[in-house]
Amino acid sequence: MTAEGARGEAIGTDDLPVTEIDELSAASTGEIRQETMVINMGPQHPSTHGVLRLLLELDGETVLECEPIVGYLHTGIEKNTEYRTWQQGVTFVTRADYLSPFFNEVGYCLAVEKLLGIEAPPRAQVLRVLFCEMNRIASHLVWLATSGLELGAISVMLYGFREREQILDIFEAATGLRMNHAYVRIGGVVMDLPEGGAERIVDLLDTMPGRIDDYEKLLTNNPIWVQRNVGVGPLSAADARALGVTGPTLRAAGVPADVRRDEPYCGYETYEFDVVTRDGADCFARYEVRIGEMRQSLRIVEQCLERLREPGPVMVEDPKVRWPAQLEVGPDGIGNSPKYVEHIMEESMEALIHHFKMVTEGVSVPPGEVYVPVESPRGELGLYIVSAGGNRPYRVRMRDPSFANLQAVPQMVRGGLVADVIAVISSIDPVLGGVDR
Amino acid sequence: MPVERLEGHQSGRSAEESREEFERGLLMTTIDKAVSWARKQSMWPVTFGLACCAIEMMATGAGDYDLSRWGMELFRASPRQADLMIVAGRVSQKMAPVLRTIYDQMPEPKWVISMGVCASSGGMFTNYAVVQGVDTIVPVDIYVPGCPPKPEMLMYGILRLHEKVRTEGRVK
Amino acid sequence: MNVTELAERVRRLHPDVVVARGEATVLVDRDVLLAALRAFRDDEELRLDFLSSVTATDWPGRDPRFRVVYELSSTERHHRLRVKVGLPEDDARVPSVTGLFPTANWHERETYDFFGVVFEGHPNLRRILLPEGWEGWPLRKTEELGGVDTRYHGAFIPPVDRRTS
Repeated sequence: MTAEGARGEAIGTDDLPVTEIDELSAASTGEIRQETMVINMGPQHPSTHGVLRLLLELDGETVLECEPIVGYLHTGIEKNTEYRTWQQGVTFVTRADYLSPFFNEVGYCLAVEKLLGIEAPPRAQVLRVLFCEMNRIASHLVWLATSGLELGAISVMLYGFREREQILDIFEAATGLRMNHAYVRIGGVVMDLPEGGAERIVDLLDTMPGRIDDYEKLLTNNPIWVQRNVGVGPLSAADARALGVTGPTLRAAGVPADVRRDEPYCGYETYEFDVVTRDGADCFARYEVRIGEMRQSLRIVEQCLERLREPGPVMVEDPKVRWPAQLEVGPDGIGNSPKYVEHIMEESMEALIHHFKMVTEGVSVPPGEVYVPVESPRGELGLYIVSAGGNRPYRVRMRDPSFANLQAVPQMVRGGLVADVIAVISSIDPVLGGVDR
Repeated sequence: MPVERLEGHQSGRSAEESREEFERGLLMTTIDKAVSWARKQSMWPVTFGLACCAIEMMATGAGDYDLSRWGMELFRASPRQADLMIVAGRVSQKMAPVLRTIYDQMPEPKWVISMGVCASSGGMFTNYAVVQGVDTIVPVDIYVPGCPPKPEMLMYGILRLHEKVRTEGRVK
Repeated sequence: MNVTELAERVRRLHPDVVVARGEATVLVDRDVLLAALRAFRDDEELRLDFLSSVTATDWPGRDPRFRVVYELSSTERHHRLRVKVGLPEDDARVPSVTGLFPTANWHERETYDFFGVVFEGHPNLRRILLPEGWEGWPLRKTEELGGVDTRYHGAFIPPVDRRTS
């Protein structure tokens, strides 16, 4: 049958049949064989916060199932620490969760100090808290920058990194490095704040609150940001606890769980700060929690600066534990102080031998095992360290918060859209270095 | 000899080869120079940030150390649209085949910068899990040491790559 | 509860409790592991309902060779307990606790990946951090560190674990 019934004139011939209009329209909207599609996101992907691979089973745009596959950044840190001295362990552990290096170091050093049965001097504790809180702000700024970039707010990326540069300048002046500092050592910290360090931090305290206000003005009531984040990736408190999730993701579900409050370390019980919680349990609530945490960290930094007015030692006196060299900023950068070098080379043979033994063999830690949790920007970072006596660790295990948080991703994205997977992953803020170690 | 050399930069050509190039004709040399200049002017990197060096690479692309000065702020997610791969971070054994796949997917001409000590030689991680130097998998043009290298160091590496492209480029 | 009270309470359920450096550790047999964890979770005083990590340590030459370590904590009472299970070398199997604590899923996979300890009843026991076809259990003490084995200009640089310092 030709199409003249529909179009009014005969177009087709007997050799070339023309399909009925009704058939044509039926074929385009009729039953197509439904199949789910399994696609692969990553490991090289601009929006997965590192080398994370996700296997997504999709029905159209809806995510039916998601399986995160990790291990693309596995570095063997835990095995490597068993072949190095205790002091050298700091440099390995610091590169696991590379966006919050101070937390890794503090956790490790607190655990080893617990094994040794010593405590760092009070000024060292204050410096640890100071740098940890500034690291928390820096890490949340990277989260904000990359989250914004992934959801399309590209200028937030530039703002986040601009603020971060200010903090990294302070880190560089105090520790010599912008990242992966090896600043916190067993027994304290390696150097005091430099000249002018406190003034720089005061500058930071002056500018940061205004900038955080700017970010909130830009994002919090922004209809696009709200639509992409509110109601996306819900995770109830009970589910979060069962899945081992800690940190801002858990606090966004209304649970005020914070290791700094529940099991204080480094003197956190003496600082005034609030544990920020929200009830939304979605990506937007996590965003609000992190913004709130940045403000609370600024409060703590201010209190730290107050306490740093009194001078004091930054490393324990015990010669069997302390790092023997005094570091100083000289004309060619940070190195051993000339006075100390003169002492060990010319004045005292014993000091030279002691320095040699401490640097090559290192601390000798009595046998035992400890588990020390700290509150990293992503949640509970736990260091489980086993010593069999001697100067090398027997087992260093890092319980990284992102490792547990990533397990919750399938729960959060089930039933959502593909675009929401990006929002969920960036709201958890995983750092694959910590996940894979 | 109309062969331009960067101070201290060896172009690796002997006297005969230079003469050959001269005799290829001034016209070809001019096209060579023009194309090489164009290639280095807007090299687009592919996003291959792996670990800590990736954060420094992002910082290099951000406002304070602006890669946009050289037209490179646009990191392409698809390797088919990129001509530079900056391997930033430690390459684990599981990631190595992925690295090679991405490299193979990039169209010619392509260059590789190995950023950081972990990519250059395995870094501090001399163990079972890390590939001891990414040059065992892909050919590397510039090695930028550091753990992680400061943005200025990466920029210097990129500029040396630009000079290398400009002086050694040859229209195929 | 402070550590001594916690240890007393746990000792009533399982006698092998050690307190050191402010931390309590209880050793249980693998046959009673699931019952013990359930008891710790449901006891009104202990309420240890959060599993932080599952890992293992390798003591070659000792019996039991592997010790699987569970770190439990309480979200209400904010105290911690460590539970350890000893496994012999030739039979490194232990029941999986994913039924009680879903978070143990990936932790147990990682322990399997590193040590070769098999968790019976685990829904998906495959390698997680190392590539699929990897041979060997790298974190066992009997495995080498690996890495570089170079010869250079007549010298020989052994892998890290055989260097002198």
